[in-house]
Amino acid sequence: MREVDLAIIGGGSAGLSAAVSAYDAGIRSIVILEKGPFLGGILNQCIHNGFGLTEFKEELTGPEFAARFIAQAKERNIEYHLNSVVSSLTKDKVLSYMNPEEGAVEIKAKAIVMAAGCYERSAGAIAIPGDRPAGILTAGQAQKFLNEQGYMVGKRVFILGSGDIGLIMARRMTLEGAKVLGVAELCAWSNGLNRNMVQCLYDYDIPLYLSHTVSKCEGKGRLERVTISEVDERKQPIPGTEKVFDCDTLVLSIGLLPNNDLLNNLGIPQGRSRGSEVNERLETSIPGIFSAGNVLHVHDLVDNVVEEARVAGKAAAEYILGTAEKTDNDIKVIPGNMIGYVVPGYVSSKGEGKATLKFRVREPSKNVYIVYTLNGKEIKKVFKPVIIPSEMEIQSLPKSLFNGESGTLTVSLVKKEEVK
Amino acid sequence: MRELICICCPRGCRLTVDDELNVTGNFCPRGIAYGKSEVTNPTRVVTSTVRINGSDLAMCPVKTSEPIKKGNIFKCMEEINKIQIEAPVHIGDVIIHNVCGEEGIDVIATRNMEKI
Amino acid sequence: MKDVIIIGAGAVGAFIARSLSRYTVDALIIEKEFDVGDVTSMANSAIAHSGYDPVPGTKKAIFNVKGNRMMDKVCDELDVSFDKCGTLTVALYDEQLPMLEELKKRADINGVPSEILTKEQVIAIEPNISKDVKGALLCPTGGNINPFTLTAHAVENALDNGLKIVFGEEVVAIEKIEGGFKVTTSKNVYETRVVINAAGLHSDDIARMIEPIDWSIHARKGEYYVLNHFAWGFVKHVLFPLPSEKGKGILVTQTTSGNYLVGPSSEWVDDKEDFSTDTLTLADVRRQATDMVPNIPFNEQIRVYAGLRATPSTHDFIIEPSKSYKDFINVAGIESPGLVSSPAIGEYVVEELVRAVLPLKENPNYNPRIKPYIKTAFLSTEEKNELIKKNPHYGKIVCGCEKVTLGEIEDAMSRSLPVNSIKALKKRTRAGFGKCQGGFCQPTVLNLIAKNKGISPLEVKYDGEGSEIVIEEVKKEAK
Repeated sequence: MREVDLAIIGGGSAGLSAAVSAYDAGIRSIVILEKGPFLGGILNQCIHNGFGLTEFKEELTGPEFAARFIAQAKERNIEYHLNSVVSSLTKDKVLSYMNPEEGAVEIKAKAIVMAAGCYERSAGAIAIPGDRPAGILTAGQAQKFLNEQGYMVGKRVFILGSGDIGLIMARRMTLEGAKVLGVAELCAWSNGLNRNMVQCLYDYDIPLYLSHTVSKCEGKGRLERVTISEVDERKQPIPGTEKVFDCDTLVLSIGLLPNNDLLNNLGIPQGRSRGSEVNERLETSIPGIFSAGNVLHVHDLVDNVVEEARVAGKAAAEYILGTAEKTDNDIKVIPGNMIGYVVPGYVSSKGEGKATLKFRVREPSKNVYIVYTLNGKEIKKVFKPVIIPSEMEIQSLPKSLFNGESGTLTVSLVKKEEVK
Repeated sequence: MRELICICCPRGCRLTVDDELNVTGNFCPRGIAYGKSEVTNPTRVVTSTVRINGSDLAMCPVKTSEPIKKGNIFKCMEEINKIQIEAPVHIGDVIIHNVCGEEGIDVIATRNMEKI
Repeated sequence: MKDVIIIGAGAVGAFIARSLSRYTVDALIIEKEFDVGDVTSMANSAIAHSGYDPVPGTKKAIFNVKGNRMMDKVCDELDVSFDKCGTLTVALYDEQLPMLEELKKRADINGVPSEILTKEQVIAIEPNISKDVKGALLCPTGGNINPFTLTAHAVENALDNGLKIVFGEEVVAIEKIEGGFKVTTSKNVYETRVVINAAGLHSDDIARMIEPIDWSIHARKGEYYVLNHFAWGFVKHVLFPLPSEKGKGILVTQTTSGNYLVGPSSEWVDDKEDFSTDTLTLADVRRQATDMVPNIPFNEQIRVYAGLRATPSTHDFIIEPSKSYKDFINVAGIESPGLVSSPAIGEYVVEELVRAVLPLKENPNYNPRIKPYIKTAFLSTEEKNELIKKNPHYGKIVCGCEKVTLGEIEDAMSRSLPVNSIKALKKRTRAGFGKCQGGFCQPTVLNLIAKNKGISPLEVKYDGEGSEIVIEEVKKEAK
């Protein structure tokens, strides 16, 4: 069986960044396994701009951003295989993949970086009521048909969910000649970035219905009609609030989920993000298996994905070289009041420097403190005039605040007036 | 006075632009520029695709090299929709010069697409 | 004039066709949908019942038990997954315990092996079941079956052996003529000596085309949840609760593909085309299911669906010639346990009812087996490599969730039974059946179907009439 130092599952932005970072940390035996026919992953179909402002200090489209990382990997001659789906992974880091050129291959790696990205929540996952005709599809599906193959999936379109891809597709389909009738969002706030609200909806006078959901789909072969209803605090449709739209297409932008079966099937515990639980080095409960990017938690910006993957790539390199600092993982990090999830799930109380925590809030809030408590004792608080779920928070905590104490670190949101 | 959301970056600052074009609420200098131009001459980068022959995919993604006048977006789409290019094409290759008659603004390819 | 026309290519029509293909007959299957097994045979509980439940002496009991006994052989010949995992009929309340005894007696009379388990025995084999369980009836011969390939492969086998099929033709009139019947469809007119009405939900409408009938078929809707497959086992048997005041019949089971099904509800509907699901009904399904199995991982939910049972007013299967004509055979009201009964029904209809009106001559080329479908994901590394060396397309995974290769998709599209839609391909190969529900692979699959059939992607249907996925090409003026 072939042996390599580092196998990276996924050749999108996270995988490429992890590979480059591991290479730069001294690892030469690296294999990237990409399931699709191109490196760069889903960025290739995200032809809109807005990528790279942090990473490259300029505004790039998805394919341009991907191309920069592809070039970095190619400059380093990092080995990659396309059309290569990894079908199994063992605790001993033996993975099987397959492609038409090499056939079925098993390789044993000293370390693994899981960078398989995410997938879109489907209509079935949320049980949209009514018929299930053609014409109900995810935003990413519509995007692939339109941007790569040149096909429109509909002419009169309604969109459920205000996630960024949904907003982007509202604009794309409008520009290509469709009539986008509106966007319904279950929450009382938009789940897309503000800039996308402006340049995708407001620019084209597309109405946004907050606190609404699709309460019925009708159509035999093809979708003919959707009914939306306002929802109550329990997110249940309120009778009498129905609005009916005659449309041939319902595009769904209702959330992304980590594509993490390979690690879940190893019994690696899942965090609240539905990615694997990791420590500060983005290492899972199995030493030498790391996770980064949208397979760990769904990011707001690709710039944050590549930064996170750099950490994983470097940590994997240190693991392989035997230079990794010992991590005690003696502090469990948990999401408290109003926090959806926190990554990483473990940090070490000892050591120099800072612990970087990433999390999302459950709903928009104004004038709040992010409060960190270690074993019930407040160790830090940070004031935020505005905090919203569509943006991922990245916060650093100096380890000196832990005072060498093990236990549970809780991240919570507390309203300004409730802070003593 | 107008209230705007800055679209320069994903941060989405909430800007206020008064009648004298003073911008407040911005986090960085780009917000000032955006606030002023959004009130006086709003512009947008247009991203779309053109048909490509001889590559793996039917479509090649493109963008305007600079933001164009907001009022020109659909006119720009009309020009883009007429174009068919041949592979190979590389990022930055000019597809349309001076799109919508806007001097110095081109429609350029945003993906490397090899000939197959 | 044809010898036989079979109306309907559900499980029942499929197995009648297969049994008929043993003989040299000029037979045609007429299907109104664009695929076989596209209505009730597709949306059901995917169970091969053991036969403990039907009242002894009924047709349901007879065909269920016989069908179950045939199933190992049928599934071997037709390359269909059948997981004889056993069924557990579960008592959650003390007052239900006598019902277990009653069912055990029925099982004994029907000749079905069964055993009453104590609470401790049930919990030992199903650790995730409610700790309120009081006991259960274990029937080891029941299990899960793949309803999609069961139907499709039976039809494929019949077509391999010389039968013909047409799709998208709805029978609109039948007329008695000299020596047989004239069958008029939405597209053609056929003449045939024998008609077999296996039209499922619409079999009463078909029967009424030649005579008044004293029975009818009513649609009873069942709504289900589908959960993803995951590595940790969740339930191992088909779990049926005994009926109680709190509900009846919401089962929890694994499927042959490792997914889990939770359902069905039961609701009479007037519209035989109503496959809609509804939030309150599904919430009730969920509530009832969690009474029996708490902690069902509903966060793994990937789909919901509704099926319509073809429930007969007679409460038993109707398998008999029409009153007026011995050569017009009704096979109707085949509700649960219809799937498992279908091979036995097919055999009976051909050997007893068709033989009575049509001389049957052995088909010298009859082969009960279909060419096995290669499932790359289940091969060893060596086997995969041997296969990929011969055909590299078996190394190209198209559906990443279900690990379906291009080779498998091309194989499915090269069979005697055509693949007319994305859904048909999904039912044959599982491409698009996974957690992303085709989010990633559907654009690829759509193009493969277009290429295979030599049509434009704009013409590729998801399922039935009018269900095209992409509806317009952009930037046509550039071409």
